Amino acid sequence: MADRDHAPDLIEAERYELFAGPAYRFEVHRRDFFKVLGAGLVVAFALPPALAQESGGARRGGEALPGDVSAWLHIGEDGHVAVYTGKAEVGQNIRTSLSQVVAEELRVPIGSITLVMADTAVTPFDMGTFGSRTTPIMAAQLRKVAAAARELLKDLAAQRWSVDRGALVARAAAVAHPPSGRSAGYGELSKGQTLVKAIGDDVPTTPADRWTVAGQSVPKVDGRDVVTGRHQYTSDMNRPGMVYGRVLRAPSVGAALVSVDTRAAAALPGVIAVRDGDFVGVAAPNSHAAAEAIGAVHAEWKPTPQPSGAELFEYLRKNPTDPQGESARSGYTAGSVESGRAAAATRLDATYTVAYIAHVPLEPRAAVAEWQDGALTVWTGTQRPFGVRTELAEAFRVPEEKVRVVVPDTGSGYGGKHTGEAAIEAARLAKAAGRPVKVVWTREEEFTWAYFRPAGVIDVKSGVGADGKLTAWEFHNYNSGASGIRTPYDVPHQKIEFHATRYPLRQGSYRGLAATANHFARESHMDELAHALGQDPLEFRLKNLSDARLRAVLQAAAEKFGWGKTKAAPERGFGLACGVEKGGYVATCAEIAVARPSGEVRVARAVTAFECGAIVNPDHLRNQVEGSVVMGLGGALFEAVQFDAGEVVNPKLSLYRVPRFSDAPVLETVLLDRKDLPSAGAGETPIVALAPAVAGALFSATGTRRRSLPLAPKGISA
Amino acid sequence: MPIDLIVNGTRRRLEADPQRSLLTVLREDLELTGAKYGCGEGQCGACTVLIEGQATRSCLTKLGALAGKSVTTIEGLETSGQLHPLQQAFLDAGAMQCGYCTAGMIVAGASLLRRNPDPEEPEIRKALEGNVCRCGTYARIVAAVRAAAGMGARTTRG
Repeated sequence: MADRDHAPDLIEAERYELFAGPAYRFEVHRRDFFKVLGAGLVVAFALPPALAQESGGARRGGEALPGDVSAWLHIGEDGHVAVYTGKAEVGQNIRTSLSQVVAEELRVPIGSITLVMADTAVTPFDMGTFGSRTTPIMAAQLRKVAAAARELLKDLAAQRWSVDRGALVARAAAVAHPPSGRSAGYGELSKGQTLVKAIGDDVPTTPADRWTVAGQSVPKVDGRDVVTGRHQYTSDMNRPGMVYGRVLRAPSVGAALVSVDTRAAAALPGVIAVRDGDFVGVAAPNSHAAAEAIGAVHAEWKPTPQPSGAELFEYLRKNPTDPQGESARSGYTAGSVESGRAAAATRLDATYTVAYIAHVPLEPRAAVAEWQDGALTVWTGTQRPFGVRTELAEAFRVPEEKVRVVVPDTGSGYGGKHTGEAAIEAARLAKAAGRPVKVVWTREEEFTWAYFRPAGVIDVKSGVGADGKLTAWEFHNYNSGASGIRTPYDVPHQKIEFHATRYPLRQGSYRGLAATANHFARESHMDELAHALGQDPLEFRLKNLSDARLRAVLQAAAEKFGWGKTKAAPERGFGLACGVEKGGYVATCAEIAVARPSGEVRVARAVTAFECGAIVNPDHLRNQVEGSVVMGLGGALFEAVQFDAGEVVNPKLSLYRVPRFSDAPVLETVLLDRKDLPSAGAGETPIVALAPAVAGALFSATGTRRRSLPLAPKGISA
Repeated sequence: MPIDLIVNGTRRRLEADPQRSLLTVLREDLELTGAKYGCGEGQCGACTVLIEGQATRSCLTKLGALAGKSVTTIEGLETSGQLHPLQQAFLDAGAMQCGYCTAGMIVAGASLLRRNPDPEEPEIRKALEGNVCRCGTYARIVAAVRAAAGMGARTTRG
């Protein structure tokens, strides 16, 4: 279960998430735990194989825990439960959902749990918060840790009272012995103890059909801090003596710094200026002064030739970086596409493209850095605290033990905050200033120097037999990525390849990664085939689909939408699409409306059915589905990073349109709760079917097929 | 020359560059970090505060223009531990994900409810059109403002 997203039929891990972390072995000594945490109990989740000999009982003495500890919890003498995980909260509400699973197994109120997240000094190593892994992996591990802690507390009570363990009941943060009426709180039981227990995958946990805390719509645990403005995001932090940094940016991608003069900037009151190689930055008493200071830096740049935006798709296709290597290895082949095509009664070839789009996290990259006695602490909003620690250690040539990265709950990420740019910049300036420095990227910097969802070109060739069944499927993705590239439909002859290429703008992970692009191409093509055959798009899909879970969401969405029941009004259209990704199954039916005479297209209604196993928090899941649909409609209809010659030409919210209140459609969400199946993540997959559903709806409204995302940035002419 | 203004009901005297934005003064000098930087051009609404009761983009408002004016931030909506009905309604509706836009949404909503204690959905959408929630919780925010109107948000300060 824990490695369900490493299923063997997966073509490859998402290329843009392949950040090879250090082969890290986390070593924690018993003494360290209790020095930091105070006495009590610690239960840690350790991955096999170190585990085999370690899961027998509570460990004593000063020895280290086994390697590869990924989470632990501590129950203090005051009964307080602290849970340690390297995952970061970026709006997906895992602080709440992880608290729920711990509360469930430990039988404590949610309010008595503190989740300590994403702090490299105190939480176990974690690759990062991406790939929808928190719920299937981390939640399952914490559940086991909490269950083991509960049993350990029962052991302590049985010993103390010399009673039969089987008669003990754990509830409301206490162990009770009903026959004798005795009861002791967890804090009391752990008093004076320094017990460490390492557990593994074999701890039994509560099945979903008996959940009482998980499975409920528990409100966001720190919601009150959010609505009062009390929560401190990185960009809100203040440290004694802190000053504000800004960094000099190149005018275009690839431009080289020829000369720089920082004298005018450094002459401003309270300003220091730093030049170190290609890095030029300033620090000033407030952000306004820092902006003035960076504006006073005179620099000369030499641009290097860059591809033009107009030839983007040509460029990607013509610049493979690894024509024989990885791409070929990452491919999937079954049967012979040539023979499948030969056997087809209907053949179709089409090319689809997707633009670069920006994550636009409302909190831009931010970091506060502080040096003390050669050790560096950086607070920063990142999805990869340990990766950023490595970046910092390398940048400043210090051992990783000297670097601490802390991630306050962050103003969103969507896959866009895997890196540590602001952290390195703040740390470099703090080193020069000799005091803490905060760097908050401007929106323009975020639009220009962060990374984007990769643009891509996708060629599809297909064939369908006289019986309406797919015979051949050939799919080539250039640059946008391999996530979700496999077709869920039944096709005997397949050839599927991802082609890495050179690319003109910095690119990386995104919500759902390349699955948005691959679903757009695949599901649009399925829609085109259905129309070519004169079949209903739903019927055509069902005819070629045997995956029961996918069929279930497709049928649920269609039913809720009323697919096939009514005809779209003039200037309106219906479309649908489905897909499976990262263990989640999604189908979306969309209704679009074209306004006349403006030609503006909007999504009027979106019905999404989603299934990700046993639901941990129905309301938060619904929220993620709704948010995915709204974010997805931006990329579907109008979002695009425009660039030319290495320069982003729309680097502002006034130039780059994101979905607003007026864009939000009527949203209907159908959640299929499969208590018999393990929970999968949900923050990403619900986005993937929206764009192709909208493309299908647009075709049904206009009779014209659009094969490029965004579909209608300037509306459509009559 | 110092500038006097009233922030969340308290008179503050500020010795600061009048060219600085109200947003940075609130955040950097007064430790009121509830209003957020999101775009710096009045396009996202994360920096929204009330000036004389009107929703205003603090990132575009110069400190020098505010002498004698009354400013209310998200921190000023809660009175003696009692949440403003909009704050409670946002919690009840789960109208947030990352929460970074929330303060601006609530303050913009408070301004709307002062003008119109019982707005219908289209009016709410229109009033909040300048506020971006990148997490896409728009429908929940509209529901929260509607619910707060029902709770009598108009009777509360702000």
